[in-house]
Amino acid sequence: MTEPPISRGFRGRGRSDQSSRVPPGQHLVTDFPVLSAGPTPEPDLSAWRFALGEEDSPLAEWTWAEFNALPQTDVVVDIHCVTTWSKLDTAWRGVSFDTLLEAAGLSEPPGPFTLIHCDGGYTTNVPSEDLVDGKAMVATLYEGEPLHPEHGGPARLLVPHLYFWKSAKWIRRIAFLDEEQPGFWEENGYHIYGDPWREQRYDGD
Amino acid sequence: MTATEAPARLRWMTATAREIIDETPRVRSLVLDVPDWPGHKAGQHVDVRLTADDGYQAQRSYSIASAPGAPLMLTIERLESGEVSSYLAGDLRAGDRFELRGPIGGYFVWTPALEGPLFLVAGGSGVVPLMAMLRARAAAGVKTPTVLLYSSRTGADIIYRAELDSLADGDASLNVVHTLTRAQPSGWSGYSRRIDRAMLEETGFSPALRPRIFVCGPTAMVETAASALRALGHAANLIKTERFGPSGR
Repeated sequence: MTEPPISRGFRGRGRSDQSSRVPPGQHLVTDFPVLSAGPTPEPDLSAWRFALGEEDSPLAEWTWAEFNALPQTDVVVDIHCVTTWSKLDTAWRGVSFDTLLEAAGLSEPPGPFTLIHCDGGYTTNVPSEDLVDGKAMVATLYEGEPLHPEHGGPARLLVPHLYFWKSAKWIRRIAFLDEEQPGFWEENGYHIYGDPWREQRYDGD
Repeated sequence: MTATEAPARLRWMTATAREIIDETPRVRSLVLDVPDWPGHKAGQHVDVRLTADDGYQAQRSYSIASAPGAPLMLTIERLESGEVSSYLAGDLRAGDRFELRGPIGGYFVWTPALEGPLFLVAGGSGVVPLMAMLRARAAAGVKTPTVLLYSSRTGADIIYRAELDSLADGDASLNVVHTLTRAQPSGWSGYSRRIDRAMLEETGFSPALRPRIFVCGPTAMVETAASALRALGHAANLIKTERFGPSGR
């Protein structure tokens, strides 16, 4: 490995960002940037459904009221966007993936991989084992407020130990698969798994 | 043989600043020598990594401004709180070196072979990846009907102004429309408000023509424009967006 070239005169102001909580190549922000590939969908809670499994024959499906009647979980987590910002101590409330499985009468995920489906046709893939044991939730509140549509409201996946594009906005369904299938960004050059601590930003990292 | 390319790791490459162009008081373009540059498509970006003499590193993403095949150009807006932008658009001089890797992104991309009119909507330095598309279009010599609607604060903040003027002057199929939101020169007859639904309807193409639409700028502007375009009847899958907030530093 050759030494990187020194950028003459660059001193760096972000050294305070370097802590055991900030993955390599990331920097801290205090606001909450928005990144999406297309228009923000208009939320329609009366028509909203969230499902596990296949579209035609879901394993379980909830209306907005039913979903909000499920046991709720609060978490405070750090989030890491592939575009290099990280944000510490973000507070979310939602339904944990474990609770969703239980409510669907499933003792474990019915397949080793998932493909997350969202409004607007966006998809992302996450291994099932990265969703269980408290590692993920479908979040509906951010910092005590209903999740704004720009940030994925009414509901987004929250899987904070992976780069934040995996925490898909406007989530509607989690499909279970026997084989891994790349989602939207994963087909567009981004890493299939996306671990920020191993800096898995792009295909081949 | 198939046309499928095996995924190769995006390597960090050394870039040397060949030329620095002051675009506006806060925006500079860097023309770079990158010996191993693999080529790119208009709309893609790179990750830049700076290394201080004690080994400290900082990394950010920047859109590519140049057409495919032209020397690689990045255009950087200097943000006062921006650790990397304040260096690239401030302290950096011709001959200085840093690292980059790319090109990145296969979605917010336009190539001259794509059919249908092209509607580009830019706010501030969000014009950068859209300029790569206009340059690619000009380099290919295609006459795809194209509109750039470009919002700037003042006349002095318009990036690439002279080049945009000359591109539009020589090409009846390209229309460049400016709106100046904060201050207008005397005699200004153009738009003087933020991009809104009426402006998008007046300047853009009918939804029936199924234009490809690219919107890039600050979050609030992109949200407004994308929602208004949907309300005007443009299909969501033809509207591609890139947003940057204050943290796009």
